[in-house]
Amino acid sequence: MVTNDSTVGHGTPAAVENALGADNYLNHGRGLGSWFTTLDHKRIGVMYLVSILASFLLGGVFALLVRTELLTSQKTIMDADTYNQLFTLHGAVMIFLFIIPGIPAALGNFVLPLMLGAKDVAFPRLNLASYYFWIAGAVLALLSIVVGAVDTGWTFYTPYSTSANSSVTMITFAVFILGFSSIFTGLNFIVTIHKLRPAGMGWFRMPLFLWGLYGTAIIQVLATPVLGITLLLLIVERALGVGIFDPALGGDPVLYQHFFWFYSHPAVYIMILPAMGVISELVSTFSRKHIFGYRFIAYSSIAIAAISFLVWGHHMFTSGQSNLMSMIFSFLTFLVAIPSAIKVFNWIATMYKGAIVLATPMLYALSFLFLFGIGGLTGLFLGALAVDVHLHDTYFIVAHFHYVMFGGTVIAFLGGLHYWWPKMTGRMYSERWGRIAALLVFVGFNVTFFTQFVMGAQGMPRRYYNYLPQYQAYHQLSTLGSYLMAIGFVVIAVYLLQSLFRGAPAPANPWGSATMEWQTSSPPPAHNFDATPPAGDPYDLEPWRWDAEAGGYVRRAPAASA
Amino acid sequence: MAENHAQHLAHHFDSAEQQFESGKLGMWLFLATEILLFGGLFCAYAVYRANHPEIFVYAHRYLDKVMGGINTGVLIFSSLTMAWAVRAAQKGQQRALKWLLAVTIACGFVFLGIKFVEYQHKWKEGLLWGKRFAPHAEGATAVASPASPPALAPPAGGGEEGTLLPQAAPGPAGLARADAGPARHESAEAPKNVQIFFGVYFTMTGLHGVHVIAGMVLLGAMLVRAVRGDFGPEYFTPVDLTGLYWHLVDLIWIFLFPLLYLIH
Repeated sequence: MVTNDSTVGHGTPAAVENALGADNYLNHGRGLGSWFTTLDHKRIGVMYLVSILASFLLGGVFALLVRTELLTSQKTIMDADTYNQLFTLHGAVMIFLFIIPGIPAALGNFVLPLMLGAKDVAFPRLNLASYYFWIAGAVLALLSIVVGAVDTGWTFYTPYSTSANSSVTMITFAVFILGFSSIFTGLNFIVTIHKLRPAGMGWFRMPLFLWGLYGTAIIQVLATPVLGITLLLLIVERALGVGIFDPALGGDPVLYQHFFWFYSHPAVYIMILPAMGVISELVSTFSRKHIFGYRFIAYSSIAIAAISFLVWGHHMFTSGQSNLMSMIFSFLTFLVAIPSAIKVFNWIATMYKGAIVLATPMLYALSFLFLFGIGGLTGLFLGALAVDVHLHDTYFIVAHFHYVMFGGTVIAFLGGLHYWWPKMTGRMYSERWGRIAALLVFVGFNVTFFTQFVMGAQGMPRRYYNYLPQYQAYHQLSTLGSYLMAIGFVVIAVYLLQSLFRGAPAPANPWGSATMEWQTSSPPPAHNFDATPPAGDPYDLEPWRWDAEAGGYVRRAPAASA
Repeated sequence: MAENHAQHLAHHFDSAEQQFESGKLGMWLFLATEILLFGGLFCAYAVYRANHPEIFVYAHRYLDKVMGGINTGVLIFSSLTMAWAVRAAQKGQQRALKWLLAVTIACGFVFLGIKFVEYQHKWKEGLLWGKRFAPHAEGATAVASPASPPALAPPAGGGEEGTLLPQAAPGPAGLARADAGPARHESAEAPKNVQIFFGVYFTMTGLHGVHVIAGMVLLGAMLVRAVRGDFGPEYFTPVDLTGLYWHLVDLIWIFLFPLLYLIH
């Protein structure tokens, strides 16, 4: 009776279907106009994806230029002012244009309603508005580069930012507008998850990616307005001289730092929480095993979101805040390690005795575990008061940040991009080149940033244009690593673009996942599902078996229940 | 009526009730973002007031309590008409709905008019923010000149905590606590940095004013739709949500008025 593996009759046609030749969301409306006015969350997700990848390219070029300048301890290719502008723009573009909207607005927009078996997000027009706010912010930010690039660092600290004679006003206004884009996405996701879950999908039957997006959305909605008012105050400070941050008028510049980090610390969890959600999906699917510790992973997302609001002072240990405050912030910072570690241990437990498939998305998931582990643990060095005084403003913190943000978020983003690529495009990418590129990125990343841990611990300060000769070998190794990474990204770009035209047609479920987005055709129809699939356990992979004939995973009838 | 119902139901919702609840939750979340937006300013207010109560006690006397009080009354009244308008929409009383929306908008105009008169007085007397602070009218002459240096905190006596780190540098007025004397200055002598109060006053009331204008634009749109006859017992979500927004704008003023005008 266990050998009863007849396919479920009614599920079969849609379950293996590739819809490239049929009506799907990509060809449902024709012409550019149908894209720019679309209310379809999938199309908005794709437009976001293209836009943020363009930003990633721009920010990446800035990074390569910065690294190239640092090849020698003196001037290499640019003067000091240009260098200051480039590292500022690298930070601002990567953070505000790429990594904050990255996973939620691009992948999340595409996947979230599909995972719920819904037709769309709760507010489709708000979703499109959020995209256009992003475009407006991006255009303003680029204009500010043309008019006169900022050199304040991406944090826009006062008093330099209020006195610097550059286009600070324009780029901070751009970030203010980008904030609206982020808030609208978060608001939409919260309402969608609350109100559009299908019958039978309780909170603890949601895929964990949605828990990640939910935690993210809470932070987006509650923290972003504080950045908004901070930047607004910065703008009126520059325009009118209100004096709230100006010591000459009785104001306090440290208040700016408090405000800024009240947003910007939770913002790093806006970046990492959806990444952790992606990893939960990948680890379970590619270990062919039910996720371990579902509730702990779900609750830890919310715990991270909650604690994230209480740790901003750890950016200000050397700002002159009282020792008592520093101690409290240090303690709270250590607390964040607990839910983060809970997640990592649960992912490892999921892999234990699993049948691990080393497909490209899983390679990125494994990279994530390794790199996020290093990034997270070095965060504890920085959260410790005494050690931080030594490491503050050195390359150690640059390395830590990139291990978490790049090694964590970007790597998970790449994993998610490869994972959902067949669903988005209806095409498979080259698995062999995917693995080679994942390896290149992993090695290049470590060469770039591990050396920065070493030189930072030895005292190399961040943001310096010139440096002492003793650091030259590290800088050159780091630059070499960044070129290696760049090659990896070129390879990714080439094979992904190639797959759009030559890729093998993707089955509905190429990986054998049990979440709902794999139960509609690849690419999905404009209305997502012909018939909404029943909500079940999103990690019950047992019924999904590889069907060589269909070229994809197909749901088998449950073994006779008797 | 049933057609009206289906016409307003977006394709991705199962029922009008689900759509209404989604809209309402979305609006409440948006209001949360508004509270946090103002929260930054309330926080700045709290920091400066806690550390320099003398500035606030001294400077608030230059605000006109009567005008502020009238404005408070006007906004509370407009909240009443707004709530009534929502009720009228729910009960399908088209004529009452139109009138109540119009009265609410009119209250917005009255509020802004009075605010304008207040701003004008401040402008004439030079009681402005930060670097524009240059008091010259009678009664305001005692206020310190804007060029006065920031009040520095006295060096912390006796090293409060045993530490090997150097003492924090004395901060500017904002976060560093001035330990000098009793907080209450009853004398007419002006404390330092009075311009901070007016900076906070103009930013908070200015941002609130922008929100009043935004609310009036929304109300105007509701009025146009009400005249067109869009609303009825089957469909009143937009009026309801606009009402929520308008109440929040009122509520923020209810906090601003005592915090800025009624200080003891």
